[in-house]
Amino acid sequence: MDGMINPGTEALLGSQAAEVTIPETGVANLSRRGLFGVGAGALLLGVMVKSRAARAQGEGLAAAAPRPGTQVAAFLEIRQDGKVRLLSPFVEGGQGVATAMAQIVGEELDVEPANFIVDCAPPGADYMIVNGRRLTGGSLSVRSSYGTMRQLGATTRNMLVRAAAARLNVPEAELTTEPGKVLHRTSNRSLTYAELVADAMKLQPSEVASLRDPATFRWIGKPVPRLDARDKSTGRAQYAIDLKVENMLQAAVTHAPRLGQEPGTLANEAEVRGMPGVHSIQKLPGAVAVLADSWWRARKAAEALQVTWTEGQHARALPADFSSTAMLAKLRAEKGTGAPAEENGDLDAAFAGAAKTIEAEYDAPYLAHAQIEPPSAIARFNGDGTLDLWVPNQAPEMFQAVAAQVAGIPQEKVKIHSPILGGFFGRHFLYDGAAPFPQAILLSRAVNRPVKVLWTREEEFLRDGLRPIGFARFKGGLDANGMPVALHAVAIGEGPIGRYFTPDRPVDSSMVEGIAGKPYSIAAKRVDCVKVLQAPVISFWRSVGHSMNDFFYESFLDEMAIAGGRDPYEMRLAMLGDKPRQATLLRAVAEMSGGWKRGPFEVDGVRRARGVAMASPFGSEVATIAEVSVADAEIRVHDIWVAIDPGRAVNPAMIEAQVQSAAAIGLSSSLLEEVTYEGGEPQQRNFDTYPILPLARMPRIHVRVVESGAALGGIGEPGVPGVPPAVANAVAALTGERIRSLPMSKTRLGS
Amino acid sequence: MLELSINGETRQVEAEGDTPLLWVLRDTLGMTGTKYGCGIAQCGACTVLVDGTATRACVTPAESVVGAQVTTIEAVERDPVGAKVVEAWVSNQVAQCGYCQSGQVMAATALLKQTPKPSEEDITAAMTNLCRCGTYNAIAAAVRQAATA
Repeated sequence: MDGMINPGTEALLGSQAAEVTIPETGVANLSRRGLFGVGAGALLLGVMVKSRAARAQGEGLAAAAPRPGTQVAAFLEIRQDGKVRLLSPFVEGGQGVATAMAQIVGEELDVEPANFIVDCAPPGADYMIVNGRRLTGGSLSVRSSYGTMRQLGATTRNMLVRAAAARLNVPEAELTTEPGKVLHRTSNRSLTYAELVADAMKLQPSEVASLRDPATFRWIGKPVPRLDARDKSTGRAQYAIDLKVENMLQAAVTHAPRLGQEPGTLANEAEVRGMPGVHSIQKLPGAVAVLADSWWRARKAAEALQVTWTEGQHARALPADFSSTAMLAKLRAEKGTGAPAEENGDLDAAFAGAAKTIEAEYDAPYLAHAQIEPPSAIARFNGDGTLDLWVPNQAPEMFQAVAAQVAGIPQEKVKIHSPILGGFFGRHFLYDGAAPFPQAILLSRAVNRPVKVLWTREEEFLRDGLRPIGFARFKGGLDANGMPVALHAVAIGEGPIGRYFTPDRPVDSSMVEGIAGKPYSIAAKRVDCVKVLQAPVISFWRSVGHSMNDFFYESFLDEMAIAGGRDPYEMRLAMLGDKPRQATLLRAVAEMSGGWKRGPFEVDGVRRARGVAMASPFGSEVATIAEVSVADAEIRVHDIWVAIDPGRAVNPAMIEAQVQSAAAIGLSSSLLEEVTYEGGEPQQRNFDTYPILPLARMPRIHVRVVESGAALGGIGEPGVPGVPPAVANAVAALTGERIRSLPMSKTRLGS
Repeated sequence: MLELSINGETRQVEAEGDTPLLWVLRDTLGMTGTKYGCGIAQCGACTVLVDGTATRACVTPAESVVGAQVTTIEAVERDPVGAKVVEAWVSNQVAQCGYCQSGQVMAATALLKQTPKPSEEDITAAMTNLCRCGTYNAIAAAVRQAATA
């Protein structure tokens, strides 16, 4: 077995909260800084984790609270029309988790998934079931809650059966259920769940209600249709941006060009106040807002406002001369050794004995989330001292805590409403200055009316937290047969786990995931993590460090294969001799693509080639093959084959949809996407300068789900990381040109 | 005051004439099925039909559609082609986050009203709306299905 491995985001979020150490400095910062607190998101993550750790040790009031995920009434409402409303710990943002929860609970409760109404639950200890936390992310939802939600369904069914036994005056053992009702076959009597629910809820839940035999599953493991397909095809689905409350004002916001600047003089304030529908102009931390009776009027006025920005104080102030080019140059110039994230074998000896060595440097840019729904929030203070907040979010308790800080009221007075998300991909965690809800709270308090804040697309690009820029340096050694015997990789930069969770640890796991923890057998290897902090607000972005690191590693592995005169596929297979799960998957993807062939070969008179890559993200295993051609110096991707092993499939249709989606965003980032900074400002402010993949460039995606029976793995993110290296490796096979810098659109292919 | 024809009904709306149709629909009329995504006619989330043609409402001044027939996602199923498109969208399970899908359905409806049997090139040329969830293969499949329904 390999030596020390620090495999990434998964190691932190995929583990029990109590095992995590939280930096005290971070928590202290929270109270020191007021509104729009420095690192509020990070620190609140910290606070949340800390409270769980305390609970696990049996401290305080929380120790007496029921175990999360066990209180039926907190989750389920059985309605008289036979519908069941489930308050889900998770927010639906396209990944299909609402449907998955209906499948899992419905299977045990014995209610058709189609009869569920699933809404995101309010904040509450009952919902802290993601390894002791609550968040929608890390591809964790189904796998972390599967057992809990099954048991919840079984416990509820058991209560209904016991209520029926009492009502019918028969032994419990004579009763069975069919979807939505309890049957007593011998007397040919039945009672619907709706008829029983009032009695059932008076009973004490049984902790040992038996689970259904998986062999009899009707919905788990099946391609159950999405619950929201029709509403989302007819415009009826309501997102945060679609909501309104009585008497609300609408606000448009203009942010300072850089975080850390504050509004100074407003040259034409009186004139703007006189524009149609304008209610008032308000200064906010780092921004100005115009409130009006419609959002368009507010926006027109906000854009007309002439603001002088002054330099203020902010721990995350972006330097006025910050540029992404200089940032990358700084990473490239960093020659420190850092700290090892993975290490085994005698590296020096292995390089000394190598027949050939090669070296290469790779980089990837800042990325925006570019979800199509722009951020918005509605805040309403109520007469009873509570605050209602409608806010797109991936972690209601964390938003509740920050909202309470901003509003200056106790956390329990903040009522968080979590609408479905118009895409998220990591966008809706808490990052510095990256969400409009604090503005909505401040504005609502200032004008004593409910306020809705909606950011324009341009403001969204200005304040989105970014996937960090990444850089890695590789050195590989080959033996006389051309097989890798030594690998030294250095990841240089900063990742969101290090910034927000583990700033004091020498290894930022999100910097090395996808470089450390790879399955290939190499006699000696070391992966070093060299931290170089980055000025911009960085974030989680679909598949986090894997989104670029597997591109770095799998591309360099191909370089080693070519340097050693080896076929990249056969070489990988040979390096997986002791990894049957990954070897099976690699063979599977080759087989589904009609057998491995690197090419180049001709299709309809045009040369094409294929590349292969593997990744081990978020508890799943993935093998990917891409087929490309080049026309007019532009890369065309024709087909992508993905074999994914998530252990077991809860909904194969949803897995296929998520892999399609992940491949699309992976390809989009490979080919097109890049946020650049000049003079402290992002140069991309809308989709005209930040293109994302359009339909015309979408390849066919072929998906095969391989069920190895391993522990449940993630689904939302794992399809991403194999795509960039598979495409880059195919381009190299076709053209001989090795792309080491993303996006690929920067490289003018010569052939 | 503008007089607009929205989904077959005449609506009097109080808005400046240069207000984009999108915001008249969403804010003034409360019809939120049509989405705001970019405001510069790049993403297509705001697509509506103006006299049957797919139109990006975020850059269409309300006064420019006075006298025209505007159809939004809220009424798309009243159109026989639109109804087929919606059914194809549901049966192909196109939507993921769903935010762009109102616009996608409207763009597909406009395509099939003008070109009932579109070629692959027709589909690629007409379906230019952006989808960050990458549902494009399902979108294309649904358009094909609606064309044969």
